[in-house]
Amino acid sequence: MTTLLQVENLAKRFGGIVATDDVTFNIPEGELHAVIGPNGAGKTTLIAQLSGQTMPDSGRIRFGGTDITGLPMYRRSALGLARSFQITSLFLDLSVLDNVALAVQAHAGHSFHFWRDARKQPELRDPARAALVRAGLADRADRPAAALSHGEHRQLELAMALASQPRMLLLDEPMAGLGPEESARMVEMLRELKQQYTILLVEHDMEAVFALADRITVLVYGRVVASGNPDGIRNNAQVREAYLGEADKEEGAVHG
Amino acid sequence: MTAKLTLRNGIAAALLIALALLPVYVQVMHAPFLLTLFTRIIILALAAVSLNLILGFGGMMSFGHAAYLGIGGYAVGILAHEGVMSGFVQWPVALAASALFALVIGALSLRTRGVYFIMITLAFAQMAYYVVSGIARYGGDDGLTIYKRSQFVAPVNLSNKVQFYYICLLLLFGTIYLVWRLVNSRFGMVIQGSRSNDTRMRAIGFPTYRYKLTCFVIAGTLCGLSGALLANHTDFISPSVMYWTRSGDLIIMVVLGGMGSVVGPVFGAIALLVLEEVLSGITEYWQIILGPMLLLVVLFARGGIDGLLTRIGGKEQA
Amino acid sequence: MTLFIEQCLNGLQFGLLLFLLAAGLTLVFGIMDLVNLAHGSLYMIGAYFAATFSAWIGSFVLGVLLALVATLMVGMAVEVIAMRRLYGRDHLDHVLGTFGLILFFDESVRLIWGPEGLTLPLPAWLNTGVQILPGVTYSAYRLAIIVVTLVVAAFLYVLVMRTRVGMLIRAGASNREMVGALGVNIKLLYTLVFGIGAALAGLAGLMQAPILTVQIGMGENILILAFVITVIGGIGSIRGAFVAAIFVGFIDTLGRAFFPDLLRLMLSKEAASTLAPALSSMLIYLLMAIVLIVKPEGLFSAGGK
Repeated sequence: MTTLLQVENLAKRFGGIVATDDVTFNIPEGELHAVIGPNGAGKTTLIAQLSGQTMPDSGRIRFGGTDITGLPMYRRSALGLARSFQITSLFLDLSVLDNVALAVQAHAGHSFHFWRDARKQPELRDPARAALVRAGLADRADRPAAALSHGEHRQLELAMALASQPRMLLLDEPMAGLGPEESARMVEMLRELKQQYTILLVEHDMEAVFALADRITVLVYGRVVASGNPDGIRNNAQVREAYLGEADKEEGAVHG
Repeated sequence: MTAKLTLRNGIAAALLIALALLPVYVQVMHAPFLLTLFTRIIILALAAVSLNLILGFGGMMSFGHAAYLGIGGYAVGILAHEGVMSGFVQWPVALAASALFALVIGALSLRTRGVYFIMITLAFAQMAYYVVSGIARYGGDDGLTIYKRSQFVAPVNLSNKVQFYYICLLLLFGTIYLVWRLVNSRFGMVIQGSRSNDTRMRAIGFPTYRYKLTCFVIAGTLCGLSGALLANHTDFISPSVMYWTRSGDLIIMVVLGGMGSVVGPVFGAIALLVLEEVLSGITEYWQIILGPMLLLVVLFARGGIDGLLTRIGGKEQA
Repeated sequence: MTLFIEQCLNGLQFGLLLFLLAAGLTLVFGIMDLVNLAHGSLYMIGAYFAATFSAWIGSFVLGVLLALVATLMVGMAVEVIAMRRLYGRDHLDHVLGTFGLILFFDESVRLIWGPEGLTLPLPAWLNTGVQILPGVTYSAYRLAIIVVTLVVAAFLYVLVMRTRVGMLIRAGASNREMVGALGVNIKLLYTLVFGIGAALAGLAGLMQAPILTVQIGMGENILILAFVITVIGGIGSIRGAFVAAIFVGFIDTLGRAFFPDLLRLMLSKEAASTLAPALSSMLIYLLMAIVLIVKPEGLFSAGGK
């Protein structure tokens, strides 16, 4: 199986804080790879470096064989690496369909087209609607994005990632803030998407992680503490101590 | 995008028709000063529409837009001074000079955001003001008289006030239409997306800088046209046209009129300039009233006239 | 050579004056996230007050002190009446609202004092020359300006870095809610900070009054320079404002003094005299452009206070 994402010795400091400490791992094509770790483990910083929002201090990132370590954000998207945001980052003053259509437009060549109405172009609108269907938001297409619930925002995030026809999805806590019903729906959606896309999933929700992941990497204070299949991680004493124990307590509190 | 039948659109249409019929009214009522006033309003409305392209739709808070009024105006003035009277030369030069200035300033300024962007655009525009004030050959501080308006081919005669009014009005309509198409095109979607969430735009794959710069140049060029018209209208051009408070006036027009629509700035230009006329009739110190009024608008009526009409009209515009 | 020394000192003095203005601007922006275009109006008011009070009282120093107090009070009043409502809003709202204030102040000054402008004559003991080096005399008043601004700068430094109030100011900049939760009266703090900013602006205005001018619109002219300095130095950084202000002061003063001569060496007389004033005024903006290309966030940005 071909390796799609290769992360080698990635490192990043912010002043005195080591956010990413010599992180190495590979993700083969078709895998759903979860990254877990306690708060402050550097998961979001990792995604920021993979997507190009932050530049690492050292180390390499290879995607599909190409070294993308120094590439700006918009170029990575063109290569097929799509990202969803942990904190909702949408175009709130545009409609839901407009949001997704923009994601489609980004991959439809340059946008120096000044005359034709973009909202009337089927080559933009049709794939956008298709993505909305896959994300379960088809009936909300014409609402302003700001009018959606939090759960629907997460779905919209997903739709936008899908619309760019990526090879790989970087999903930063897609379940954040979702209630039990919405979470279950999201898990089902991700299970479907697994069949078509390679996914790096950063998540806190352990149920979802163990239900979906092919392999799991555990990050603590920016270091890789363990990496392997779900059973191996579940039984890893170090991991249990550092993290799962904490998560069990957290889960107990959240899901009551 | 079909124009919906709403209160706002109805009033906008009525307004544009009224503007088209104004010279008839002026003739009938013997009120030539109205023609002068509204020619000025239309010219500045064009400038405001161009500003709204980057401000309202693009989210780029440029506080130096009046510089293009000066550049366009001085292109006409300087060429006229040097004996080049043909509008076919003057106006393209006005547009090209504005585009060039916008390109340079935009390239530098768009590397920054927010407050920095405001200050930088302001500073560069003021630089243009100082530079032009310093050139004695073209009048410096005192300005430059333009003895003959831009010459085109007969029967076009800009010295004919009614003809000039209609030319300006036509150019305004044309600009509105152009901006409308621009804003709804793929290019316009990128601009609006960048205003809404620039980081997200880059994340999904748009190199937003080049699009914003292009938009900036287009807006500057259109304003340069307005400048050329203004110089012809007043038969005079001076650096004061570029003073940064003039940029403030343009922003007021845009905000007062409503930033979300293409036609909004026209409402704003009419409102501001008519208000100025009325208030200055009441007191010499009318800016004492205008100042706080502006603050109140900012605090309580941010959507401007356009917003107000849309709300009264009731229908939700997507 | 004497001319050069004199111009260098002028540059320093101008730079320090600009620092006072820019410090107030950057302080208000750094703490309250407020873009205040009307900062120049406070500069103008300081000058007008000083000219008026000095004439009434008959004493330069007393008039100046009273003007300072009056400007501080006007600043605080403006904060309570208008600025408060702008906190937390879009920067465009700040720009527009404070622009409205500029119109109001300019016109009010015109109403009260008339369109002509005022003068502020120096008392005899300041209006003399001082020998600073053998054979080099410099204006006592300009020296006084340098001394006063350096003292104020040092005071600002101590205030912000070493006192409890300063700590609150710095804390408020990074986390408003926390400071409020600690029981500190944020409203009062903000009013105070704005007042300090106003006083700084007023001080700059009244100090330059005897040298340059007291007229309507003087605030707008110099505000641009304050903006340029803030951009170069980095928003929110007083240290940055200091360095940038000195730099700008030097370049502007020396540039205007010597650039025309430089041009005359290179170009014909007419060309030089046509272009000189225009190009000299461009120098600062060129500097700003260079900084923007090299380091768009400003030289000292990101927290250096």
